[in-house]
Amino acid sequence: MTDAAELKRRTAELLAAHPPASTDRLDFLKARFDAGLAWVHYPEGLGGLNAPRSLQAVVDAELEAAGAPDNDPRRNGIGLGMAAPTILKYGTEEQKQRYLRPLWVGEEIWCQLFSEPGAGSDLAALGTRAVRQDDGDWVVNGQKVWTSGAHNSRWAILIARTDPDVPKHAGITYFICDMADPGVDVRPLRQITGEAEFNEVFLTDVRIPDDRRLGEVGDGWRVAQTTLNNERVAIGGMRLPREGGMIGPVSRTWRERPELRTQDLHQRLLKLWVDSEVARLTAERLRQQLVAGQPGPEGAGMKLGFARLNQEISGLEVELRGEEGLLYDDWTMRRPELVDFTGRDAGYRYLRSKGNSIEGGTSEVLLNIVAERVLGLPAEPRTDKDVAWKDLAR
Amino acid sequence: MSDLLYSEEEEALRAAVRDLLADHCDAPGVIARTESDTPHDLAAWKALADGMGLAGLLVPEDKGGQGASHREAAVVLEELGRAVAPVPYLTSAVVATEALLACDADDLLAELASGRRIGALAVALNIAPGGAYKVVRHEGGALHGELTAVADVQAADVLLVPADDGGLYAVDASAVTVTPQIPFDLTRPLATVTLDGTRGRLLGDAETAVHRALRAGAGLLASEQLGLADWTLTETVRYLKERKQFNRPVGGFQALKHRLAQLWLEVVNLRAAARNAADALATGEDTDVAVAVAQAYAASVAVHAAEEALQLHAGIGMTWEHPVHLYLKRAKADSIAYGTAGAHRARLAELVDLQAP
Repeated sequence: MTDAAELKRRTAELLAAHPPASTDRLDFLKARFDAGLAWVHYPEGLGGLNAPRSLQAVVDAELEAAGAPDNDPRRNGIGLGMAAPTILKYGTEEQKQRYLRPLWVGEEIWCQLFSEPGAGSDLAALGTRAVRQDDGDWVVNGQKVWTSGAHNSRWAILIARTDPDVPKHAGITYFICDMADPGVDVRPLRQITGEAEFNEVFLTDVRIPDDRRLGEVGDGWRVAQTTLNNERVAIGGMRLPREGGMIGPVSRTWRERPELRTQDLHQRLLKLWVDSEVARLTAERLRQQLVAGQPGPEGAGMKLGFARLNQEISGLEVELRGEEGLLYDDWTMRRPELVDFTGRDAGYRYLRSKGNSIEGGTSEVLLNIVAERVLGLPAEPRTDKDVAWKDLAR
Repeated sequence: MSDLLYSEEEEALRAAVRDLLADHCDAPGVIARTESDTPHDLAAWKALADGMGLAGLLVPEDKGGQGASHREAAVVLEELGRAVAPVPYLTSAVVATEALLACDADDLLAELASGRRIGALAVALNIAPGGAYKVVRHEGGALHGELTAVADVQAADVLLVPADDGGLYAVDASAVTVTPQIPFDLTRPLATVTLDGTRGRLLGDAETAVHRALRAGAGLLASEQLGLADWTLTETVRYLKERKQFNRPVGGFQALKHRLAQLWLEVVNLRAAARNAADALATGEDTDVAVAVAQAYAASVAVHAAEEALQLHAGIGMTWEHPVHLYLKRAKADSIAYGTAGAHRARLAELVDLQAP
């Protein structure tokens, strides 16, 4: 068993062999991956050492203290948080060797081709078709939407319908899609904020070799569950200091600009400050449970809370700014690599946070998940369960 | 960062207290007791205090206590909240005990810790830590005055009374006139205390002792509110799985599922806030902020949970025979006890430098 002392020793070895000050960033990250210090709970040879997941914090602290570069996890959030655990669980040995290292070091960015214009919360109703060819390859046609970072991505995780004659959950297969394929057309989808961080992705006769299939044919829904469950885990795992979230900027403004203060805003600010601190404590409690090996169901609700908080706090902040709240920093259509809540002004935060209750599962869907899986309340009546996908109302 | 989990020992303690309360404080029994001459369940108190030694959790072993901490006391309070148990635990084993810990009164402390005697701080239940409280007149070596809305005083053997000379005095309960008031929360009785030339023993500085006592009371009240909210949510979910209307379990309707899921999220949050306050009281780190945050958050959750429980139980929830009214009354009274959420937010504004206009 690899323990904390062993990890510290290996981290020191890595730093000695590749001093951060004189080593190219990417070279250092590759060396870190090869030393098994990228995600220590992964298997040896795939960036890990089969160590307990909680010990990653030991490595991260040593590397941070030494000023080592990190892999800028926000830039490849979907790759790290969703594609990687799915590949680890369902990928062949060749797939793991091919994809995980460039994914972790950030050489190859990933996006997620799941949502479609006709299948949002009802994701399993998706209509993008993958048809098997005589040589075993697949040809994909369809349209995906709300694809963050598609314009920067090398690869995508893709779910597509491979059998329309069976009920919707049974006819889906999971693939890795090459975003450089000429049949992949990425078009910016300009949003409420003015920028285009999302995309529409049109897939026209995209040829996917069968060795880029993840899991069995028709088993894509089960594979996708790994992706979606990890999406929710990633949200609960962050460790924030007090005032580390959106409450930070508005609290600072309150302190620095006494002329903006009103009684009404004061009461609302204090309430949201308390709610933010409590949400932070809940996230910390969830983290402590994970470290202690007793994961609780709290993660299922965390995103709900943060979505509401972000929206209320940014709404308050626009009002607090008074005359400035009538203005907006920049409506130019930009193509950001990542969502940057802190680099923009309050109006941007207000508009962007409206997406927090929609992306990654709407609040309504998450409330159903909590009600059914945590509280054990009866499921909604299902009229689509035994109906072939091709016969569903659309 | 504080430890927000429960240890194995704390879980064992919880199980033991829950067992004991199942024997002593079943809902019909608690309802019947609210209409009797003995509103406090002194048999349950004796089992908790004497039998299990829980009255002395906050008292060091060399002073006759268990030498445990606020973390363990918080677990006891969660279970007492789940049962809306009519025992003077929060008022005697926490608030009065903390006041004595701030003074040099080891004999009284040992008596309270053993559960042989019950103490009550003679300050109205609604006063927040740092808030202004009423004092009695100290004149010619005796105490004169009237104090109202003092909790659990009918069960108390000794009262800790703040006087206008700045002292905190121990007064024998038999030496004062205790007039029961009609409380909104029938499970935590209130009374008026009248002192008419009563002799008291000076314990120490009232301001320090009262502040410490009310801060611990407020901080651990959040755990009682957590237990209460958790019970009402669990019981409502159970009921809505069984209750059928329109040929379906009522709990299958999305409008209700979403309300219960929302409530669950609030309870999860309250658990983190209450654990944080208990841990901060135990370690002495960041205590003022942790207590103010917990109390600014807890009341609305407990009241919301109890109100939803009543509404979702519908007709039966409105009756005297169903216990949900005990929980609603306790939750609403708790929202005032040891300071309202608004009072704690105002305190927080100073603590974290978010000043009023």
